[in-house]
Amino acid sequence: MSNKMREILLRPVFNENPIALQILGICSALAVTSSLKVTSVMCICLIVVAAVSSMLVSLIRNQIPGSIRIIVQMTVIASVVILVDQVLKAVAYDISKQLSVFVGLIITNCIVMGRAEGFAMKNPPIDSFLDGLGNGLGYSVILLALAFVRELFGSGTLYGFEVLSISTNGGWYVPNGMLLLPPSAFFLIGLFIWGLRAWKKSQVEAPDFKIAANTSKGETA
Amino acid sequence: MANNDSTSNTIRVALALCIVCSVIVSTAAVLLRPAQQANKDLDRKTNILAAAGMLEKGDDVLAKFATIKTKAVDLATGKFTDSVDLNTYNQRKAAKDPALSKDLGDDDIAKIGRLPKYMIVYVVEGASGLEKIILPIKGYGLWSTLYGFVALESDLNTVAGLGFYEHAETPGLGGEVDNPSWKAQWIGKKSYDSDSKQALTVIKGKVDPSRPQSIHEIDGLSGATITSKGVDNLIKFWMGENGFAPFLTNLRSGEA
Repeated sequence: MSNKMREILLRPVFNENPIALQILGICSALAVTSSLKVTSVMCICLIVVAAVSSMLVSLIRNQIPGSIRIIVQMTVIASVVILVDQVLKAVAYDISKQLSVFVGLIITNCIVMGRAEGFAMKNPPIDSFLDGLGNGLGYSVILLALAFVRELFGSGTLYGFEVLSISTNGGWYVPNGMLLLPPSAFFLIGLFIWGLRAWKKSQVEAPDFKIAANTSKGETA
Repeated sequence: MANNDSTSNTIRVALALCIVCSVIVSTAAVLLRPAQQANKDLDRKTNILAAAGMLEKGDDVLAKFATIKTKAVDLATGKFTDSVDLNTYNQRKAAKDPALSKDLGDDDIAKIGRLPKYMIVYVVEGASGLEKIILPIKGYGLWSTLYGFVALESDLNTVAGLGFYEHAETPGLGGEVDNPSWKAQWIGKKSYDSDSKQALTVIKGKVDPSRPQSIHEIDGLSGATITSKGVDNLIKFWMGENGFAPFLTNLRSGEA
């Protein structure tokens, strides 16, 4: 693998993470991260969709008329998502039931669309495939981290296996119910972004405006 | 690439893309349908057995379900009926169809709106006749309608199991209706008292086993008063006169 390809694949994981830096794809990050098993399947689905649809869009990029390029990308993405959804219903029905609409909603996931428009339209198929794969991985890293924390401290289990014995079953750990509710993912994503930006200072955005100093007494506006 | 934007090319690309995508999607849908149907069917049967407490880990669901008879009950007469096609009848759709359901009005303690005329029940028969009967139940909790099943022993009074397969109650609080140790309490409780009145109830707090009526009582879920109340209401409804009570009476006397 050439250096350029490695760069395309790995850059979105930490340096340009779609969730942490670009703040895309938050919706499903809140909804499906209360258990690791469901999250893993969601991540696999998104990686497949992002990689395959980027590659397909890139393959036909020289034929796509500019005026309908967005709808063409949507059609390609939607077809891939429906395929993934159908396969999931046929082979992993339990999980597809828990993911319910969120597999279908990958169609509107900003990461997939963003990569198709922002990268695949201008780059060759293999690079686009790797870019989709990398962005899918970047998304997965955050989701799995969220799901790890939420499942461990919310239900005391990991992948459904009991790690902390729960008080309702006679154990010592009183689970934090809030972690099972979607808002907790906001806090965790926030902390994650803070951590990442403390580590990679270049990701800190310049403030849009400065808060003016308080006016002192006697001075009127 | 300039000619890409001509009208004819735009139409050509759009058409080609639509045809290719629709062929791929519909092929996949058709090829995968048998597997999806089998999954759906297995899921439904697993739910019924699990809710009724008849499913052990590693059981063959389909084999176990083969011993169970599916029957339709006319709630108005309290008798089995042949007037519905078991393969196509859908209770949930029927509940929305004015021709197949009735408005409950003031009797609607389980907050389900409309009651279907016919309900599908599952009869477990052994060598000595009826062993268990599995009845569908539903009712509103805090956020959502809870869908489940309750199974009764052959005396049609002792609860053999209860469970919900679909709800959206708060995880960790109302969601504890799925907790196996809470569900285990239902087993062995009696639905009707000595005057054959509906008596099974979810109480607030813990059941005191020294009280005579404790045989009809279930612990409420702590931190989930409204969900507990919802379960209490739905069990009262479905075990009561508007629910399955007339049918169970008929069945007991052999007239169903």
